Amino acid sequence: MDARLIAQLGVIGFTFFMLLNSAAILVYMERKVAALVQQRYGPFLVGPKGLLQPLADIIKLMMKEELRPLAANKWLFYLAPVVSATAAFAAFSVVPFGAPTTFFGLLDEPINLAPADVNVGLLVIFAITSMGVYGIVLAGWSSNSKYSLIGALRASAQMISYELSYGMSFAAVILMAGSLSLGEIVNQQSGYWFHVIPKWYIFIQPLGFFIFLTAGVAETNRAPFDFPEAEQELVAGYHTEYSSMSFALFFLAEYVNMVTVSAVATDLFLGGWHGPFLPESLGWIWFLAKVFALLFFYIWMRWTLPRYRYDQLMEFGWKWLLPLAVVNLLVTAFLTIKINGW
Amino acid sequence: MDAILFWILAAGAVIASVLVIGQRNPMYSVLLLIASFGALSGLYVLLGSPFVAVIQIIIYAGAIMVLFLFVVMLLNVPTEEMPTGQQAKFLGGAGPRRFGAILSAFLAVQLFWAMRALSAQPMPGNETPATTVAAIGERLFREYSFAFEATSVLILVAMVGAVILARKEHQ
Repeated sequence: MDARLIAQLGVIGFTFFMLLNSAAILVYMERKVAALVQQRYGPFLVGPKGLLQPLADIIKLMMKEELRPLAANKWLFYLAPVVSATAAFAAFSVVPFGAPTTFFGLLDEPINLAPADVNVGLLVIFAITSMGVYGIVLAGWSSNSKYSLIGALRASAQMISYELSYGMSFAAVILMAGSLSLGEIVNQQSGYWFHVIPKWYIFIQPLGFFIFLTAGVAETNRAPFDFPEAEQELVAGYHTEYSSMSFALFFLAEYVNMVTVSAVATDLFLGGWHGPFLPESLGWIWFLAKVFALLFFYIWMRWTLPRYRYDQLMEFGWKWLLPLAVVNLLVTAFLTIKINGW
Repeated sequence: MDAILFWILAAGAVIASVLVIGQRNPMYSVLLLIASFGALSGLYVLLGSPFVAVIQIIIYAGAIMVLFLFVVMLLNVPTEEMPTGQQAKFLGGAGPRRFGAILSAFLAVQLFWAMRALSAQPMPGNETPATTVAAIGERLFREYSFAFEATSVLILVAMVGAVILARKEHQ
């Protein structure tokens, strides 16, 4: 095995490990931010400042009994959480999180700081995200419970509706960058206008960023669009009948999906690892900071906004967000032709 | 390495497709069809066209099969029962069985003949296969623009037709 292969495998392993950890960190962050918003303390007993609370949660989840309803379809019931978690992790596989590096001169040629650099990266993410729906639908159907089924139906209807606006918003970025590779798109955003404003696509595509983020929240089934698990009406939605580790897998999938959406938003609109004050080789610090800011926004929104009504959600998605996304795409295409020529 | 992957994926696609027909529960059929599409998409990657592979997943496995799954779930299509009574008697009879055997033998002979005829001559390939997104776009909108636009009109017509058929008349 040559050094490049080992380095690439190292990057893959590291990414997987950090994604697993990110879920634990996010659970802690979610609870702390919620406490802050609601003027409570949040977890503070386990470890310093309650930092070991996620670990305790994981141990608790592993020790719990694995329950399966008698009427459930055995195979699909256990397949569903695996599909959910696999799709969530696989979607991150083409997201670059730093400038190409030689690891302090250890390698002759720099390698990309991404599990895999594919030239149709964005489409791969889109494809794998659309596979995630199956985990939820199967969970709802195989549980053989009305709450689960309604939750699953809502989740898939919502994800299909918002996937259109989601795709259109990054199609506009693809038009501007002229590439489907995330690494290439990030590199197009280096440099400054007038030496001050960084050349991030958010400044040219503010509407696109708004559409992407809104559709992203709906895609990951988070508040204020968390209908699949609206607890007042559906108990817990599609994962009502799940317990122990199979429940934990759904939980993990939700948080990893949040990280993926934030990371993709950072790469597409916020200039990825480009930023002032830091050399290119330390760009991953910028990347982490931006992803963290987006995740904080996600959590902040959940504990601030009330849930929409289901018909409002559908109306907003089809009658407002989709037309906006189409107009945004058309205007972008028109201007790109005007400025760049054919 | 490529050969091993090809055989695994090809076997996966064929076995999944055969199982699709064999299921009595329509839910399993849909899921196996998705698995078969996944294997096909892997084959496209091996052929060196990642774009087609990804599109295969997005359109077929991602969009169309979700609708299939919806229909199966919402209509609550029951598990298929073994045919009984008159129908079973007829299907199990000597006549239909012999007819079926002759048909399948005919199909096997035809396939064998087609395979031999194909392997005898070189594959008619494009000199410059369009694998990148840019190349595919160029071909699609220059050489095949009429077919592309005609297809979109066709789909629109189908959509309008579906809406008209599904619409409830209000008197």
